[in-house]
Amino acid sequence: MGVQYSLAVRSAFSHSAAAGIAHIVASLRTLELVKPMKASKSGFDSRSAIKNLRFRITFLALSTIAARPSEAADTLRTPLNYFLYSYGPAATPVMHLGWLMTALLSAITFIVILLLVIAIVRKRSSADSGMIGAESGGLRWVYIGTGISTFILAGLTVYFLAVLNAVAKPTEAPALTLTVTGYDWWWSIEYEHADPAKRFVTANEIHIPVGRPVLLKLKSADVIHAFWVPVLAGKTQMIPGLVNQKWIQADAPGVYVGQCAQFCGVAHAHMNLEVVAESDQDFEKWQEAQRRTAFPVSEHNEHGYKLFMDRCGGCHAVRGTEAEGLHGPDLTHLNSRGRIAAGLLTNTPDHLMDWITRAQYFKPGARMPSIALSDSEASALASYLSTLN
Amino acid sequence: MAATDAPQYRIDPPLERIPEMGRIPAGSAIEARLEKIWETAPGWRGWLSTVDHKTIGVRYLVTAFLFLVIGGIEALFLRIQLAGPDMAFLTPEQYNQLFTMHGVTMIFLYALPVLSGFSNYLWPLLLGSRDMAFPRLNALSYWIFLFAGLFMYISFPLGQAPNAGWFNYVPFSGPIYNTGPNIDVFALGMVLLGISTTVGSINFVVTLFRMRAPGMTINRVPILVWGTLTASVANLFAIPAVSLAFFLLWLDRQIGAHFFDVANNGQPLLWQHLFWIFGHPWVYVVVLPAMGIVSDALPTFCRRPLVGYTAVALATMATMLLGFGVWVHHMFATGLPTVALSIFGAASMVISIPSAVAVFAWIATIWLGKPVFKTPFLFFAGFVALFIIGGMSGVMTAAVPLDWQLNETYFIVAHLHYVLLGINVFPVVGAIYYWFPKFTGRMMSEKLGKWSFWTMFIGFNAGFFPMHIAGLLGMPRRIYTYPSRMGWDEVNLITTVGSFIFAVGVLIFLVNVVLSVKRGARAGANPWDAPTLEWAVSSPPPAYNFATIPTIASRHPLWEGRIEGEEEHSRTKLEEGYLLMRGRETLGTSPIDAKPVVILKMPEDSYTPFLVGLFVSLLFVGLLLHSWTFTALMAALSCAALSSWMWPRRKLGQRTTRHGPASAGRGGEGP
Repeated sequence: MGVQYSLAVRSAFSHSAAAGIAHIVASLRTLELVKPMKASKSGFDSRSAIKNLRFRITFLALSTIAARPSEAADTLRTPLNYFLYSYGPAATPVMHLGWLMTALLSAITFIVILLLVIAIVRKRSSADSGMIGAESGGLRWVYIGTGISTFILAGLTVYFLAVLNAVAKPTEAPALTLTVTGYDWWWSIEYEHADPAKRFVTANEIHIPVGRPVLLKLKSADVIHAFWVPVLAGKTQMIPGLVNQKWIQADAPGVYVGQCAQFCGVAHAHMNLEVVAESDQDFEKWQEAQRRTAFPVSEHNEHGYKLFMDRCGGCHAVRGTEAEGLHGPDLTHLNSRGRIAAGLLTNTPDHLMDWITRAQYFKPGARMPSIALSDSEASALASYLSTLN
Repeated sequence: MAATDAPQYRIDPPLERIPEMGRIPAGSAIEARLEKIWETAPGWRGWLSTVDHKTIGVRYLVTAFLFLVIGGIEALFLRIQLAGPDMAFLTPEQYNQLFTMHGVTMIFLYALPVLSGFSNYLWPLLLGSRDMAFPRLNALSYWIFLFAGLFMYISFPLGQAPNAGWFNYVPFSGPIYNTGPNIDVFALGMVLLGISTTVGSINFVVTLFRMRAPGMTINRVPILVWGTLTASVANLFAIPAVSLAFFLLWLDRQIGAHFFDVANNGQPLLWQHLFWIFGHPWVYVVVLPAMGIVSDALPTFCRRPLVGYTAVALATMATMLLGFGVWVHHMFATGLPTVALSIFGAASMVISIPSAVAVFAWIATIWLGKPVFKTPFLFFAGFVALFIIGGMSGVMTAAVPLDWQLNETYFIVAHLHYVLLGINVFPVVGAIYYWFPKFTGRMMSEKLGKWSFWTMFIGFNAGFFPMHIAGLLGMPRRIYTYPSRMGWDEVNLITTVGSFIFAVGVLIFLVNVVLSVKRGARAGANPWDAPTLEWAVSSPPPAYNFATIPTIASRHPLWEGRIEGEEEHSRTKLEEGYLLMRGRETLGTSPIDAKPVVILKMPEDSYTPFLVGLFVSLLFVGLLLHSWTFTALMAALSCAALSSWMWPRRKLGQRTTRHGPASAGRGGEGP
């Protein structure tokens, strides 16, 4: 909590009004109006509709905003809440802009609506109702009202242009360049390197070193998607035929949730990703592990391997094997990821097999079919998949 | 502007004539003759052939309200699905079709048509004319709107409705990722609807500059007229972009063109530009006439004229002008260069200024007036409040870096519903309460009226305000469901409850309409003691509108002589005027000063608009079904019907002066 607040104050942004708002927001965060929720690893989201309709008496708008204070975004009650949380220099000035504009414009809204209400209810002298008021007069309202509005709008314009300038480019050269490609309905992530042997591909989970700007090249393999990890940066469309660029930086270790923000078809709702920010050492370790090809198949897993080649290898790749499919996520280090199916389920062996056999149930319309497996096939495949560390 | 001015505009037979001046007392034989000239045949013949702007206006209103109800029911389905996390009430494909049709229906089949309904009904009455400039074109505009609306729903029962959102981005709507008929229906339907909007807009523009009563100079027309005029001119520039975009898309889909096809160097971003060059002006098209309604009707209940008439009229046009320069604010996240974003962001800030002019003019009008708390007043005052909220959230989205977060979230959904429901639906419902006595001769129930207002107002805010919060919590638009871990459960439940309360409010209003049509108290010609011309004629108005063409001397013809501080009050002549009754006739006047220049011979009722509309629409059905013979046949029939329509008739030649200022305006009634 304290860490975040000091972060806000420490940032380049020094507008005193916004700092005051920062204080209010910071104290809001400490209000624990909502039962803290263990997110992420607690299990897959039940589809039982009615059961999940919780008629909790939380009708205060605030209650939906307040959350358990925490450093890591994955434990937040609202992981995409960009209004109260930001963890990097591409997002923080924008969050402050949001606070200032919300406060200022709410105040103006309140004042103008108050004027309207007073205009309606104020007492009038009871004169002859047959007479009609004179047409002239009242123009002062327009002059003063519009004059003040123009002044405020001009100020806001200057401020937002300054913020735009501040977040347009990172202050130092990017430490890392990634290509993120949107697919229906998942993300492919390619880590570039001058040495081709050190390039590698993964999916749906981006790892970055803490405190360093990372350049993202955004592409699409099919329709328009939008890359959006709200607490790290605003969204940018991924447009087929174009390469858009954006940069992100995380100033605290943690898991930051992202979601596709451009309507892209039937499974648009289930196209999430995660950004894992970790220390330089952890990141290097992870990168080294990702660069390795899959372990050789042991005799014990021969059957499962065959099954994988027959049923999965056409779409999925496992580096170091004959599976070279490019239609689905690269599965070389599947078990290193926190979630599967583009963020839909946590990555446990049970969920994995649930997903393989009932993909269309969990993610209707996904390119991944529900695969019919006998019990023995399922356990063989599960056994092979467990080696993809 | 009376008989003494006539020599300057001397009119002789056969194509020149001096119109007689005079009075036509109510109930006289001469009035019966006028009635006979203008009446529509009873039964289905009249039903299909009428060109009466009042009938067409009511048809527009009824049809648009039917679409509003359909679009509203679709929205309720969406809200049930979103009431809680991981709901399975709708499949994703059903959800996508429903949200697409909800948007298409509300934006294209309700929001503008309902305003066209008011304008069609009211313009000639407000302007002191007997009809629109092109009555048959008016009928055609309605028929094509109706057929285009039905066309866009043609595939709905088959579960193949448009499913790519009303914005319909390629490549998702292109031939590779959307293989069914869904998008073809939408693309062709939009081109068809574009015909209706275009001819309707031409009609409004010409009507304003040609059909005003003598003396109604350009600075005396009601603000509603300014609003609709501005919107119509904008349509003439905006509609070609969207019709072209949808036509190109159809070519991509059906004959293998590559306008948007990446594999062949097509450019998906082109679609976004073409769509929003149309789409943003359209936003103003569907609000400016509604703002005009409030500017005209609110003063009636404040017992004083609108504050700042000139400022509000100019602000209306300024909004539209700027509205053509801000389309990129729908595309801030497309990766355009920072300099371009800065310019469009700043322009989007500037566009708030004319809106501020209007808001302060309304508040000042209320403040300085003596409000009468009838139901229409409540809707108009409620509208001002919602406009303020919607305007402020709009300012937030103009700030480019903030919009990178807000864009495509529920914050935008909240904003657009505050502006579209707030600035369109609330004034429209208020306007129905206001003009219902004029349309039907009966008053609507005040008691039910107040119930409907408060239910709608509370339901609306309960439903749509929390959407702002959902957006700030990061909820993206157009997702058919969401997991509980995102923390959007409560806010969505509140929204769903609120939207149902709002729907109940609309239902109370509709019940009020149905009950009042038959049982409402009788209304006189001017039940609200309103200032404008439409209240000078009986309720409902006779087929010919004005027995004699009035001569206008001020902005408030029916308030003259009662306005405080009026030194020497102007004298509008309502009883005595040009007689014009050799067949269907009305007066054409000069564009700015409204000096009488021409007697316009107006066409009789005709089947040709219906037939042209029908054949053109069937032509589009032929294109949809790839039935080229049928398409060719319908094209031929359309041409035949058009030829019959256009066939020159001496009877319709305009009577005009030989060297008068209007010689440039010579010509037939037109298409």
